[in-house]
Amino acid sequence: MTVFGIPAQALFGQLLIGLINGAFYAMLSLGLSVIFGLLNIINFAHGAQYMMGAFVAYFALQWAGLGYWPSLLIAPVVVGLFGVLLERTMLKRLYHLDHLYGLLLTFGVALVVQGLFRNEFGSSGLPYAAPPQLTGGYNLGFMFLPTYRAWVVVFSLVVCLGTWYVIERTKLGAYLRAATENPTLVQAFGIDVPRMITLTYGFGVALAALAGVLAAPIYQVNPLMGADLIIVVFAVVVIGGLGSIMGSIVTGFGLGVVEGFTKVFYPEASNTVIFVIMALVLLVRPSGLFGRTA
Amino acid sequence: MTVTRVLVLAVALLAAAAPVHAQISDGVIKLGIMNDQSGTYADISGPGSTVAARLAVEDFGAAKKGMKVEIVVADHQNKPDIGSSIARQWFDAEKVDAIVDVPTSSVALAINQITRDKGKAFLVSGAAASDLTGKACSPNTIHWTYDTWALANGTGSAVVKTGGDTWFFLTADYAFGHALERDTEAVVVKSGGKVVGKVRHPFPTADFSSFLLQAQASKAKIIGLANAGADTINAIKQGADFGIVRGGQQFAGLLVFISDVHALSLERAQGLVLTEAFYWDLNERTRAWSKRFAAQHHGAMPTMVQAGVYSAVLHYLKAVEALKSDDGTKVIAKMKDMPTDDPLFGKGTVRADGRKLHPMYLFEVKKPAESKGAWDYYTVRATIPVEQAFRPLDQSDCPLVKK
Amino acid sequence: MSVTAKPAIAAPARDAIETPAVPSHQLAAFTVMLVVLVAAPFFVYPVFLMKALCFALFACAFNLLIGYVGLLSFGHAAFLGSAGYASAHAAKVWGFPPELAILFGTLAAGALGAIIGALTIRSRGIYFANITLAFAQMIFFFSLQAKFTGGEDGIQAVPRGMLLGVLDLRQTYTMYFVVLAVFIIGFLVVYRSIHSPFGQVLKAIRENEPRATSLGYQPEHYKLIAFVISATLSGTAGATKAIVFQLASLTDVHWTMSGEVVLMTLLGGMGTVFGPVVGAFLVISLEHYLAQLGSWLTIVQGLIFVVCVLTFRRGVIGELGRLLKKPL
Repeated sequence: MTVFGIPAQALFGQLLIGLINGAFYAMLSLGLSVIFGLLNIINFAHGAQYMMGAFVAYFALQWAGLGYWPSLLIAPVVVGLFGVLLERTMLKRLYHLDHLYGLLLTFGVALVVQGLFRNEFGSSGLPYAAPPQLTGGYNLGFMFLPTYRAWVVVFSLVVCLGTWYVIERTKLGAYLRAATENPTLVQAFGIDVPRMITLTYGFGVALAALAGVLAAPIYQVNPLMGADLIIVVFAVVVIGGLGSIMGSIVTGFGLGVVEGFTKVFYPEASNTVIFVIMALVLLVRPSGLFGRTA
Repeated sequence: MTVTRVLVLAVALLAAAAPVHAQISDGVIKLGIMNDQSGTYADISGPGSTVAARLAVEDFGAAKKGMKVEIVVADHQNKPDIGSSIARQWFDAEKVDAIVDVPTSSVALAINQITRDKGKAFLVSGAAASDLTGKACSPNTIHWTYDTWALANGTGSAVVKTGGDTWFFLTADYAFGHALERDTEAVVVKSGGKVVGKVRHPFPTADFSSFLLQAQASKAKIIGLANAGADTINAIKQGADFGIVRGGQQFAGLLVFISDVHALSLERAQGLVLTEAFYWDLNERTRAWSKRFAAQHHGAMPTMVQAGVYSAVLHYLKAVEALKSDDGTKVIAKMKDMPTDDPLFGKGTVRADGRKLHPMYLFEVKKPAESKGAWDYYTVRATIPVEQAFRPLDQSDCPLVKK
Repeated sequence: MSVTAKPAIAAPARDAIETPAVPSHQLAAFTVMLVVLVAAPFFVYPVFLMKALCFALFACAFNLLIGYVGLLSFGHAAFLGSAGYASAHAAKVWGFPPELAILFGTLAAGALGAIIGALTIRSRGIYFANITLAFAQMIFFFSLQAKFTGGEDGIQAVPRGMLLGVLDLRQTYTMYFVVLAVFIIGFLVVYRSIHSPFGQVLKAIRENEPRATSLGYQPEHYKLIAFVISATLSGTAGATKAIVFQLASLTDVHWTMSGEVVLMTLLGGMGTVFGPVVGAFLVISLEHYLAQLGSWLTIVQGLIFVVCVLTFRRGVIGELGRLLKKPL
């Protein structure tokens, strides 16, 4: 049975691959969305922080002999702390200005971080192996699915849905959302709003770093791994709707699948199809698919 | 004697009486090493090429011969506009006589043109485009180490001969990738093989899973990687994840360097078949030189590009010495006249179209168990003799070659 | 000035806007700039200066949009690059003389600007930045795939030609003064756009758009015109650059080029007249000196972004203007 000349089996294989890529898009755009939705900061350094997560995992292995599982915790914490530092020293000063300054600042931070890592490590990429528990794979008949990639999908789904739940359904999340709407009022209720903002930025950055650790065994750990990814992730967030958590998750997975299909039918365009969709969506629904109007 | 003959004789005598001293511009031979110092191709050429060039100047004995040789270095970041800016600046303002190395075909082609316009010399080691000795050939350029035709011919025909007769191409979607795919396909078909499918991936691509699935589905015996650098490394790495080699298929790396294998590690790269012009462990002479090189290059063994820089600079200096001039066009012509000889490539020649000739080698990457240590990566599967290694002159569309 | 009988809401009282005369300090600054640029090629490598001039024009064009309309476009490389391809193709393949090739490139960018502008001008802020980026990426993809652009190789060996059949542009100094002339013309066009009734309306729209609308102006039209002027002049810069360097390449349509022009304008001073020029020269000089230090260039550029945004938002010329208490 063929669909447009491609056997259905191959198509299922591509669908699965698309989901895996979608998992990365979802996790990264989730972090971006959390940061923008709750803080109105456009974090262009997200790609660099993703890269830092992968490097922390690499260093943890090289210097401390700590494998993949501890890194899943260490990397987000370390890079999250870096994010907290960044917010406290620099981003804080820009809240009263046009949001675009935040974008320019984080763009600059991304350049600095990427440049420093490139100076040290070149850009050929460093190897990082998947943990022994996740090597090998399952023969599904229509394709051979590496265990590690299946794990990526499952784990990202858990993290994404967990984050969504915390923000939309718990008291902490309610405080966060209220603080964005009306910080003065919420502060008057005795809640330390600046600290919440700082921790939220740190959390968003930690999500990026977590995605980096997940990515390390699949892609090479290299200083530029976040550089071209960041603009794609931006597109995902914008399509989903800046500030909509569920929007980013759904759009992330969805666009991964769309990109996967494009790779079958018109592979040269696979890097660009997301931008075409973004332009179309913005023309029809300027606040994105799930976004609330600014 | 007629008046004219007397005059001619007089002029000839005067000319003969003129002091014969070196007509080297400003008394200094200035070489510009231009390549990618910190990006995708930094390990292939990069700072290592400078080490190689310095070794060549040392071995030539420039100091003892009273010749002043200076080396300047620049990073073109794989961009033709940056490369051409640097080339112009070097030739116009900094009195550079020859540009050496230049990986990335698009940059090399741009510099090829500028060097020709200004009558200087260009010794290409890093770039692959066979057009440099084809339709873009120039009396100011020598293509030293390898080219797409040699790679395609080496890997393509050798692999088909050893049983790999069905191919699936994974091609980087840009001019270099297309050229490599085109040249290899022609060779595969000529050797009796068949191309069962191809897919073009954007350049660069981080995730090959989708393309690898298509390669697997094609059931081709050989998956030809018509790409380079990070793309090749990623494709192979992810291929291991998807059990490509375990499933019975084999990768043929159409442009792979030993530094790529080092980055991949033998676990992932084992069994890969590739063509190169040089390997540090080929014989006593290459071993000795490579150890000297590694001592100055943080223990890393030289790639064929870096070896090519050594060989080219050495021959260039010999030509300048013989000619007593560093005029670009003349030196290149002299380099074509003189046969080459160095410890790395042995004896060779430079052809009229600017193609340097030497044997090429088909290598296979060892299994981890077969390797005795770091950098012990290759077994020689075949030696491609000089007559077969490069595109024959009669197939060339180089305007310099009289038909 | 005649006053129309219709009420102010229906007919904008354009005639009543008076543009102040060119301030004397700006005239002085312009003279200084002109003198320096005329003398410079005899002291500094002219090809470097020509590159800086092309980028200075690009930055001035970009500044029109960010500084005077308040729209951050993250896709301006599309205009620089596509004009470069258009003019390179015209000069090399169609044999256009350089002045027509540059004109062709300029018009191509203008047309592209009109299309993209019409589609994007309704957006604002981060959405505008994103959608301009999206279109720029599509232009990048097209440039990568289309046969005539030569992909990674770009269009090489573009002939410099004879300007108006008389001036041989292969002579470096001749080429330089032609580029300088193009730059001055472009600079003056930008200046005139700002210091004109049109510019005053833009200023009003930037300060308070609803109020401007209530006065009868249609902000979308003005913004679109500004966008098209910005795109067109960016195209002039790109088309000229292609002729000078005899090369049109993917670098000029890549999104990092859009980031570079933002850097130049930010460093020089957004919304100032001379800021983009100074910013462009500074950034190009930085690139020149740091090019050989590998990633240090990226690091320094990033640091400049960070420092400028935190403590130096007015940029070099902006701070200078504040010191002198006169806008530059």
